Amino acid sequence: MEKTKKGNMARLNRWGLIFLIPFTIAFVVFQLVPLVNTVYNSFFENYRSGLKQVGPNFIGLENYVSLLTGGDLILYFLNTMILWVMCFIPQIALSLLLSAWFTNPSLRLRGQRFFKTVIYLPNLIMASAFAMLFFTLFADSGPINNMLMQMGLISEPYSFLTHIWSVRGLVAFMNCLMWFGNTTILLMAGMMGIPADMYEAASVDGASPTQIFFRITMPLLKPIFIYVMITSLIGGLQLFDVPQILTNGTGDPVRSSMTLIMYLNKHLYSKNFGMAGALSVMLLILTGILSLIVFRVSASDAVKKVR
Amino acid sequence: MADNFKKNKPGVADEAVPTTSIHIRRAIAYVVLVLVTLMCLFWFLILFINATRSNGELGRGFTLIPGGHLTENLNNLFHGTIPVVRGMINSLVIATLSAALCTYFSTMTAYAIQIYDFVGKKMVFTFILAIMMIPTQVTALGFVNLVSGMKMEDNFFPLIALSIASPAVFFYMKQYMESNLPGSLIEAARIDGAGEFRIFNTIALPLMRPAIAVQAIFTFVASWNNYFVPSLILHNDNMKTLPIQIAQLRAADWLKFDMGQVYAMIAFSIFPVIIVYLILSRNIVGGLTAGGVKE
Repeated sequence: MEKTKKGNMARLNRWGLIFLIPFTIAFVVFQLVPLVNTVYNSFFENYRSGLKQVGPNFIGLENYVSLLTGGDLILYFLNTMILWVMCFIPQIALSLLLSAWFTNPSLRLRGQRFFKTVIYLPNLIMASAFAMLFFTLFADSGPINNMLMQMGLISEPYSFLTHIWSVRGLVAFMNCLMWFGNTTILLMAGMMGIPADMYEAASVDGASPTQIFFRITMPLLKPIFIYVMITSLIGGLQLFDVPQILTNGTGDPVRSSMTLIMYLNKHLYSKNFGMAGALSVMLLILTGILSLIVFRVSASDAVKKVR
Repeated sequence: MADNFKKNKPGVADEAVPTTSIHIRRAIAYVVLVLVTLMCLFWFLILFINATRSNGELGRGFTLIPGGHLTENLNNLFHGTIPVVRGMINSLVIATLSAALCTYFSTMTAYAIQIYDFVGKKMVFTFILAIMMIPTQVTALGFVNLVSGMKMEDNFFPLIALSIASPAVFFYMKQYMESNLPGSLIEAARIDGAGEFRIFNTIALPLMRPAIAVQAIFTFVASWNNYFVPSLILHNDNMKTLPIQIAQLRAADWLKFDMGQVYAMIAFSIFPVIIVYLILSRNIVGGLTAGGVKE
């Protein structure tokens, strides 16, 4: 009796493995094989120069060396980071403020559903279409220049797309707009998880609202705050659609808005597989390190629950 | 900034403060929220207005009054050089099939981990979480090589099949199952003699409907908006999706374009998603944090 039951369970549990088959096949074929292929390509010289195909010749780590010493990579990495910081700081400030308001019981804000719906909306917009929209709106003869002139703020059109900081500002602004709603909702979940008696105890002890925010809310919010920051950084490293469309892939003026993925895209289009491979591997390592931090902070609990 | 926080953080300390200060703080909160709302919607308002105006009207400068040329602009767009209707159908096909396959198989994968016991289960789970953050861009080179090796350029299959293995959707489903899929129900169905595959399809899937709906919407939107990978493998004009066509429009000598038509095309890519979102917003905003993040 005992034995047949065990046999039954074992037969049933085989279904667990069967149900894993589709995921495994799709993962191996469309992610693992491409990943191995990418890493493999990074060790080869393999590009087209005019009509002549060079390689593939094995050259070891030379692609990595030329990327790291070429200067372009550093420049594009810095651009990507500048754009991320310009986007993240206003985004997190606004999100902290809004989530604190939404979760504050004494404020009793009305119409919260409406506001949450509105602030989340830009996140679902096609980034390329949004960038194209900003490109037309901020063109020299576009509506924004038009409005500013009608209001008498400027006397002649300001060329938004030929100045370094206005292009960067537009990219950062668009991304901030697309992501602050998402961040707000994540932070709200974190804030609602803080037990109310913590606040009560603190205020009974005479803590000021500022003290409560920095001594109770922020420390207890730390795991989710780190999660938000690192996932935003991982997303920031992947910044592509908006600057690509806004600058038509050039990152101009003077490649000041060229991001790492735009650089990768350029190599992929010119079929320089060696360089594209090496760049991909570097991005993978960078993302891997950052993911490890997120994993430590947020996913380790979920793993513990599976026994 | 610090000042704002001080004024507006959750706390019971507020009870001691006279109510007038709460009124002031509430007023400030509403003013900021209204400004933020305007900042979010302003761009789409201009887009809508400009899509209704003719090229000539647009050239004369901006007004807040919509014109009467929306149908004319759309008509020109549909009969223009870029096959946008085809692009929209392509986008729809890829996004719909991706959303369906992704949610079905992610639920199945989560079910395997949640319900069954087998050697190495914990390892599998840890592994899937570990690969969650690998960006698709990083494997793009290998993916393009694979697709051209299979002679599947200009084919939607690789783009759709790729979505079957989605660690993030899997994770959401797994979290949702922990609290919404009672093991006793599965046991009961087994005693009634139902097969495992049948139990998954007729008992587990219906119970997972709310989670599936939320993730189907997100997968659909992500696929609808996806530009990087499709642009690398879809080259034939008739197979391109909307984001690729937007990029084409940007790369063209756009100054000679009929601007009414340009705005109509952007509107054509953006507004369907907005309309669907507004209809389903209750599910989306509510479901956002239901399973995704540790709280």
